[in-house]
Amino acid sequence: MLDRLIDEVFRRESGRVLAALIRTCGDFELAEDALQEACARAASRWPKDGLPERPGAWLTTVARRCAVDLVRRRRSSTLAVSELASETAVAAEPEEDPAAISGVEDDRLRLLFTCCHPALAQPAQVALALRTLCGLSTREIARAFVEPESTAAQRLVRAKRKIRDAAIPYEIPRPDVFPQRLEAVLSVVYLVFNEGYASTEQQGLLRPDLCAEAIRLGRLLVELLPQEPEARGLLALMLLHDARREARLGPDGVLVPLEEQDRTRWDAAAIGEGTALLDEAVASRRPGPYQLQAAVAALHAGAPRAEDTDWQQIAVLYGALLRFLPTPVVELNAAVALAMAEGPEQGLAWMDLLSTREELSGYHLLPAARADLLRRAGRLSEARAAYAAALALVRNPAERRYLERRLLSLG
Amino acid sequence: MQYMLLIYGDERVWTKLPPGQLNSMYADYMKYSQALVDAGVMRGGSELKPTSAATTVRVRNGKVTTVDGPFAETKEQLGGYYVIEVPNLEKALEWAAKCPGALTGSMEVRPLPDRTKS
Repeated sequence: MLDRLIDEVFRRESGRVLAALIRTCGDFELAEDALQEACARAASRWPKDGLPERPGAWLTTVARRCAVDLVRRRRSSTLAVSELASETAVAAEPEEDPAAISGVEDDRLRLLFTCCHPALAQPAQVALALRTLCGLSTREIARAFVEPESTAAQRLVRAKRKIRDAAIPYEIPRPDVFPQRLEAVLSVVYLVFNEGYASTEQQGLLRPDLCAEAIRLGRLLVELLPQEPEARGLLALMLLHDARREARLGPDGVLVPLEEQDRTRWDAAAIGEGTALLDEAVASRRPGPYQLQAAVAALHAGAPRAEDTDWQQIAVLYGALLRFLPTPVVELNAAVALAMAEGPEQGLAWMDLLSTREELSGYHLLPAARADLLRRAGRLSEARAAYAAALALVRNPAERRYLERRLLSLG
Repeated sequence: MQYMLLIYGDERVWTKLPPGQLNSMYADYMKYSQALVDAGVMRGGSELKPTSAATTVRVRNGKVTTVDGPFAETKEQLGGYYVIEVPNLEKALEWAAKCPGALTGSMEVRPLPDRTKS
């Protein structure tokens, strides 16, 4: 019971404490080691002494002392000028509640931009963000991405080493690169969400955690960057998708397509929040890909029955999205929307064009979408062939079972 | 912190440039070098002669092997470098993006170890 409470505190506070620590000691690794040490002390002290009144302040104070100790210990083996300097900085910092330090939010924002710096490979960006801002352990990250713990650990070590060796700064990017860097941050958050939402492997039990972590990061972004409509758009998008999570899988683990989902099982509170966020974002009149995708999700969420879906509007939104993201996957979605708005033959003509291009070969959703339209158009033998083609490519077990069921239903 | 900016490009392209374009490329590099000097970050650098002038030397079991050409056959060759001193990677990347070489080839940004540290 208390263990869980302590875990919860660590997770809630670690991003804030770490961000402040990095600023005061100017060393990513040292700050992390110090925080780890502080957490270990808390884990042995708190069960005996009870939870401190302000656990975040406790952790910050203890972590600062640990940082000083660590520097002293390292200094005894190697005399490093910069580490001496950082020791002075750490020791000079008054002990106070981290929430009371002005610029704490900026600290977390800096940390997020550091973690998502393009000089780091994207898997490393993702792992660092989960580790430092969400407080996930290396083991949890490894489990979430279905990889050995040693792989995750090594990736984190390498990333931190690069931050130190290449001197990736701990700062908010200057205005001329800010939009680009923000895009990197948003895509890391969305990647975490998608990893949880559309997992390619059968790890269903663990994955929803990733969705929750991504939504936490999304909330943090909106809180830290209230002026950025795309940050709101991303959070809205994730909430609107996540609202359908319960209805997405049948009791037998088969994927339930949108039009067959039990809409009473959608999370109305999440839909309400997502839609409100989207409205706020759209009011700034600076459209972007996340807002557009959220708008599509909102139209689905707002339809009481599948047949009430405003496909005309969705087709228009995908058209706009194509201008921001001219990718074949977006084009495929646009083709589906067109088919639903104007009739299957229109969409099929577009998909035939798409299938002549290289990019989507090997992508199971193209034959799956074609199969669906062929079925609606009553071209059953072609539909069967397309389902078979999709089945040959699909990896996710829930999607596989769905396609198999569809194929069977055609007789 | 010091960084080396390594300028990679397809040397076959610029060895074939007509004189007018070659001159304007040199003028661009002069301007860039001057900007580095004016900003007080320039610590050194040079153009390199083409890889046809390169020789690779190895010593194995005390035996010296000398061969014509650079160590690796690649599409882009090292054509020059700068060493700059700036506070962090962000600034180094900013300078790298301004180098004329970034427009046609690619820039590798490598931190140099700090000799004042252990």
